[in-house]
Amino acid sequence: MTSTSSTIHDVIIIGSGPAGYTAAVYAARAQLNPLVFEGVQFGGALMTTTEVENYPGFKQGITGPELMEEMREQALRFGADLRMEDVDEVSLDGPVKTVTVGDETFQARAVILAMGAAARQLGVPGEMERIGTGVSTCATCDGFFFRDQDIAVIGGGDSAMEEATFLTRFARSVTLIHRREEFRASKIMLERAKANPKITFLTNTAVTEVEGEPKVTGLRLKDTFTGEESKLAVTGVFVAIGHDPRSSLVAGKVELDDEGYVQVKGRTTSTSIDGVFAAGDLVDHTYRQAITAAGSGCSAAIDAERWLADSDDAELNPTVSTDS
Amino acid sequence: MSSDTSATVAVTDDSFSSDVLSSSTPVLVDFWATWCGPCKMIAPVLEEIASEKAGSLTVAKLDVDANPGTARDFQVVSIPTLILFKDGKPVKRIVGTKGKAALLRELSDVV
Repeated sequence: MTSTSSTIHDVIIIGSGPAGYTAAVYAARAQLNPLVFEGVQFGGALMTTTEVENYPGFKQGITGPELMEEMREQALRFGADLRMEDVDEVSLDGPVKTVTVGDETFQARAVILAMGAAARQLGVPGEMERIGTGVSTCATCDGFFFRDQDIAVIGGGDSAMEEATFLTRFARSVTLIHRREEFRASKIMLERAKANPKITFLTNTAVTEVEGEPKVTGLRLKDTFTGEESKLAVTGVFVAIGHDPRSSLVAGKVELDDEGYVQVKGRTTSTSIDGVFAAGDLVDHTYRQAITAAGSGCSAAIDAERWLADSDDAELNPTVSTDS
Repeated sequence: MSSDTSATVAVTDDSFSSDVLSSSTPVLVDFWATWCGPCKMIAPVLEEIASEKAGSLTVAKLDVDANPGTARDFQVVSIPTLILFKDGKPVKRIVGTKGKAALLRELSDVV
């Protein structure tokens, strides 16, 4: 049995990273009483991030979880209704959209999508079944358990550099494994990692298997040029090879691009469906920063507010009807 | 984490044997730490489960930073990890954050 609440909200926000919470702050301050489905993993990608050094206003840096708690409390302060639940289904067509959570259905005139992106996995044998026994998706959470051990970080972007550098606080050695010769990481992060005596770089190298029994004992590797295979003995593996947009909830409902990002119109946050807006890493191929996600969350709230006001005007002053 | 109104109990390396292993009711132990973001996500869900299942299930919280011995004994190398103990034995292990419904499903054959 599902129950549908008769209330029609002005706006429902799905997601709770910097984009979702910023949209919530702006929508709440605009008196739109936003209902926010944060998901069971509230706070988004920053909840597993260590120090955030480039979020303006925090000159000494702030940890990811702290930054998210600040944003969350800011949204609460202005009256956003936050629910720590995952959305199961949405219906986005027509003037009243619905959002289903378990056996309850909620209605809204506008919806802001801000589900973010999910960490990518290697997709090699031994990886999934060893999450919790040596394969980790959160360096901040699990670094502590690898004191004086030899571990590996996989990836070539800023997250990989940040994790490798952070993990040297605990580990005896960190081997950074990257498929290519060039790095996507910013210069400052790359140089910091390169200058760290505990970090060894292994480039042009792919991981083909995570070995263990069941605790992780090592990695099987392959040289991407020569095809030569080798092994590396490690007890911990931290995967930081990027993210994919979390758009499965809206696949086939709003237009996505080839990589699964929600498409928006020009410089706006409007999607292919009237009254549905999208922001943050769900949309962003290019920048994917906390500050750009927060910025687009703000844009989405303002776009939604104006769209709601325009549809109110249209109702009050209907133009010539064609179906009379 | 645990305040006066908390429905969960804090356990330590010293109290683990008496509070968890010797307990006559099943105990779900949450291995957590202050620096762990996902542990914060799961905390309110565990509070809810603790109040709803009071009497049939005890929800215990073990700070791995202050109590590394128990985490080592049970080979916890990733947090949050939840281990369900029944009659002094670990019978289920759940790694990572899960929603309330998913957690209750995992626990349904015990409580």
